[in-house]
Parts: sequence; C-alpha cells; structure tokens
Amino acid sequence: MITRRLLEAPDGRGWIFLGILAAAAVAVPCLNVFVPPSSPFHVSTTTVALWGKYLCFALLALSLDLVWGYCGILSLGHGAFFALGGYAMGMYLMRQIGTRGGYAHPMLPDFMMFLNWKELPWYWYGFNHFPYAAFMIVAVPGVLAFVFGWFAFRSRVTGVYLSIITQALTFALMLGFFRNDFGFGGNNGLTDFYDLLGFSVRAPETRAVLFALSAVALGLGYLIAQAVVRSKAGKVLMAVRDEESRTRFLGYRVEHYKTFVFTLSACMAGVAGALYVPQVGIINPSEFAPANSIEVVIWVAVGGRGTLIGAALGAVIVNYLKTIFTIGLLAPYWLFVLGAIFVLVTIFLPRGVFGLLPKRAPRSDPNGAQAPRAATAAQPAE
Amino acid sequence: MTAAVTNPRETTRSLLYLNGVTVSFDGFQALSNLSLDIAHGEMRAIIGPNGAGKTTMMDVVTGKTRPDAGEVLFDNGSVDLTTKDEAAIAELGIGRKFQKPTVFDNHTVEDNVLLALKGDRRVRRNLFWRPNGDAERIGEILETIGLERHRQRLAGALSHGQKQWLEVGMLIAQDPKLLLVDEPVAGMTDAETMTTAELLKDIAKGHTVIVVEHDMEFVRMLGVKVTVLHEGSVLAEGSIDEVSANERVVEVYLGR
Repeated sequence: MITRRLLEAPDGRGWIFLGILAAAAVAVPCLNVFVPPSSPFHVSTTTVALWGKYLCFALLALSLDLVWGYCGILSLGHGAFFALGGYAMGMYLMRQIGTRGGYAHPMLPDFMMFLNWKELPWYWYGFNHFPYAAFMIVAVPGVLAFVFGWFAFRSRVTGVYLSIITQALTFALMLGFFRNDFGFGGNNGLTDFYDLLGFSVRAPETRAVLFALSAVALGLGYLIAQAVVRSKAGKVLMAVRDEESRTRFLGYRVEHYKTFVFTLSACMAGVAGALYVPQVGIINPSEFAPANSIEVVIWVAVGGRGTLIGAALGAVIVNYLKTIFTIGLLAPYWLFVLGAIFVLVTIFLPRGVFGLLPKRAPRSDPNGAQAPRAATAAQPAE
Repeated sequence: MTAAVTNPRETTRSLLYLNGVTVSFDGFQALSNLSLDIAHGEMRAIIGPNGAGKTTMMDVVTGKTRPDAGEVLFDNGSVDLTTKDEAAIAELGIGRKFQKPTVFDNHTVEDNVLLALKGDRRVRRNLFWRPNGDAERIGEILETIGLERHRQRLAGALSHGQKQWLEVGMLIAQDPKLLLVDEPVAGMTDAETMTTAELLKDIAKGHTVIVVEHDMEFVRMLGVKVTVLHEGSVLAEGSIDEVSANERVVEVYLGR
C-alpha cells in the first residue's frame, strides 16, 4: 500500500526529475568505471565525488523544503541533523579502521589513543556493526528533532523565535562536538577512513556506487516528501503554514503535524549527511556551523521554496557555482557572490529558478485531489 | 461569585453555560462576571458596542483565552471547557467563524471544505487518507453556500463575501453541535447580507448557533432572542423589539 502511495505521488515533472536521477545513477558510475580515462566520455573520479556531494546537499535542501516550504517552519538548524547523520556514519567508518590506525589499537580510534583513553566510551559501542550504524543515522537526528519539536511546537514557538532556537541548537552542538572530551574527535572530527562494508572508500568503484546511492536516496526522499505533501496531511501542513490558528480551530493538533514533518525531515537530512561523509572522507564540527544551515535556506530559496524539486535543483546550482567561484582568483569573493545571488533571486525570482518553468494548469484527479501548485506555495519567508 | 453555584453540573441542562466568567488583560476587564445560557437547538444573537467583550467571549468558549474566574460548561455541564485547548474544543463540536474571513488562500475552495469536513484529525490517518464519498458531501455543502461553480478555484481568489460564505460552509462541514459566528455580514452588500441571513436561519434548523453582530438590521432579519453585552457583562436579554426599547441599551448604543 505504501509503495503504491509513493508511486502515485509524483506529477509529470516529478517523473522527469526521477528519470534524470535514475539515468545519472546508472550512466555516471558506468562512464567512470567502464570507460577508459583516455576516452572523451570518461567521467573522472573527482567529478563523480563532487556531484555525489551535490546530490547529498540536494537531499538536505529537499528535507528543509519539506518543513519550510510546506509547513512554514523556517529551520536554521538543519545542518545539525545532516552533521549528526554524518557523525553516525563516521563512527562506523572509524570502527572499521581497526589495527590500521596510527596506534594500531583494535578497538580505540587514534584520537582516543592520543587522549590517553583506555576504554571505548559506551556510546561508541555497536557502531562497528553497519545495521546498527544505519539505524542510528536515521534515529539520532530523528529523536533529536522529535524531542526538540515536541517542546518547541507544544509551547507554540513559531516564526523568527523558532528560527533562532534552531540556530542555537546547531551552535550548541557545534560547541559540544569541538570539545575533545565529548568523544567525537574534537576539532579534527573523524577522518582517515578505510572501509565501508569491506570496500575501500577511496576506490573509484566505491565512489561510483556511493554516487549512485546518493542519487537513489535523493529520488526516494523526493518520493516520500511528495507523497506526504500530496496526502490530506500535506494539505493540513500547508493550512498550518498559511493560517495556523484557523487550522487549530478546525480541530487539528498543529503541534503533532509539525513534530511529524520536522522529524521526518531530520531523518532525511541525517541520511544525506551519512552519504556525504564517505564521499568527502571527513566529518568535523564545522558542519554544525550556524552559517552552514543558513546556506541551506539560500539553496532552497534560489531553487524555489515549496516545490521540492526546485529545492534540490537550487542546492546543485548554488554548490556548482560555489565550486567554480572558490577556485583561483575569485575565491575571496564567493560570499559576496552568494549574497548577490540570494538578493537577486529574492527580488527578481520570488518563486526561485524552478518558478521560471512555464506554469501548468492544475491537474485534477478523478477523486478531485489536486496537484500541489508550486507557484502559489512559494511565498516570502515568514 | 463562582462560589454561589455549588454544583453546576447538576443544575444546567444547557448546551453552553457560562457563569461568572471574568477575563482581564493588563488591568482592563474584557469580561466581568458574564453569565450566559444557550439551550440545545437555540439560535442566539449577541450584540453590543465595540469593546463589549463579544469576541473575548468567543475566545473563552473556543479555548483561545483562559478566564481568570468563572465556569464555562458544555453539553449539559458535562465538559469544563476551561481545561481544554482549541483543538480539543473543536473536536467536542464547537465550530467558529472569525470576524475577518480566514480561509486557506492557497487551497482550492474544495480543499478548504475537505479540511473542515468532520473526520479523524490524527496525522497517521490523514497521511493514508483516501477519498470516500467526501466529494459528494463537499458538493452538497458548496451548493448550500452557493459556491459550486468555484469548486476548483483558489480560495484566495474569492471575493470578500464569498470568503465569508466559504467559512460558513467550512462550519457546516465540521457539523459542530455549536456554531459561533462572529460578524458574518461585516463588509457585505445588502443583497449579500440577506442571503447570509437566510443561510444562517437554514443552518440553525439543525444546529445551535450563536451569532455575534453589530448590525441591528441583520439581527432583526434573524428574528431570534438577543443578548446585549456591555462592558463585559449582560446588559439586557430578550427579543429585538424588547431590547431596542430598553433605555439602557439605547443609551449604550447612542452614547451618553
């Protein structure tokens, strides 16, 4: 039943988006692994890793759009959920290093040896098993979002106040993770990984597979998010976004809907972070930096808030530009460029890049349900 | 004052029973010792000049504002509304129409009614919700409020009067035991006002309705018992003719 729900959710554009992702997931790894480097069709491993990273950011942007674009929760702390998923993956990768580390200790990662720790902290137990790590990748961001959301939404913290406490959340986590005694490698974070499920994380083939997995994760994330926003619960979310107290007077428990969507979104962000870490080879506390989370908001705004696909597109566009601009002479000016993009898009493209696509007439199904209208959903931030 | 009624749960047979309700904001008494008794199936008009406490009274009944003192009992005194929040009160069967029309602008007229339609409000149920006969019920409601042709339009594109009717339609969809209607004809043309009066009378056949209104002419059209509020408590009660003959009421309305 759930599969059917997922498959009937995308509209025409959704299928095009999924088609492109599927094609990329197959073609890019093949062109990297099977086409010799001398061929003009060869895709270099650097490019694969780079675009794999973009896809992870796209999933992060999609998760933010789900809460911001459809429920009006402007989270300025989504980078925290991304980083937590990344740390969970990093802990697994650290435990896989085993005796190959500098201190060759079978249990303790190098940084713990360096700090003279004698035993593995309890919260590191189990991370040598991939299924446990995979569970934690989703569970840790999910539980944090649930607890945070439950208290914030039940106390009716909304608008700018909510945004500020999400910033505080990610900032507090950053300070914690920077500390050596927190047990996550402090300043340096987790790095020098070897294996992921027995495959070398540095091998081009593994990189190619990780790229494909990122594309699949993005596609799946899109299907889930789209199914949620197309459901009646999705209509309730949009109602909360537009007229919160009215929704409450209709008998909907607004805090339940918000907590649900916030938790789901955090889980998606966690998966994005987990796929990101093996592709870039490191996770450190700077991922929790408040500015990172704000950048995600810019990706979504540039792509088109409340469109899902637009958010993913925005993440890829902005990060592609970032890659270009942060190399060479232009490097010091990237933040100005980013700022300019944000200002220009806000003024000239209030519906984002995705809003440039021609408007479609709203499609109506036999049951009278309607396709979400991207155009009307994109409203200025609260 | 509240101590005077020892056990209201046994004394009231009314749908809504307010006794000694007092609300103050920063020293300003919005409601002072307000008592009100609405019988099952009754339609009641509540009038009063600006600041008489009409909207605050609705806020108290729907859980938006907690009274400082007094009792607010629902359904023969079986439920104490002061202990419930907005969503719980809506679930009990109290619907509210706001003074300013508040519909969901980015949803179609149809979806607005769908969201209001009586049904399970829980997240899980609404995630896996399937339409079953809802389209038909929505059609009936849209016919009642005369918006059938606008079914697929965005609610934000409706005129002011149409939005008011859509909100009334959303109340009908909720099928509450008690409807609170706040200034339904504010900003309406005479023709629209007439239609709205007919609409409300129609609804009152199957529901208990409280209408808060400024417009004396409109209240006359409804032809029901009237309660006049002044400075947070009841000034007079009776038919519109009795009330408008009352000297105190005239004084309050025409100024001292």
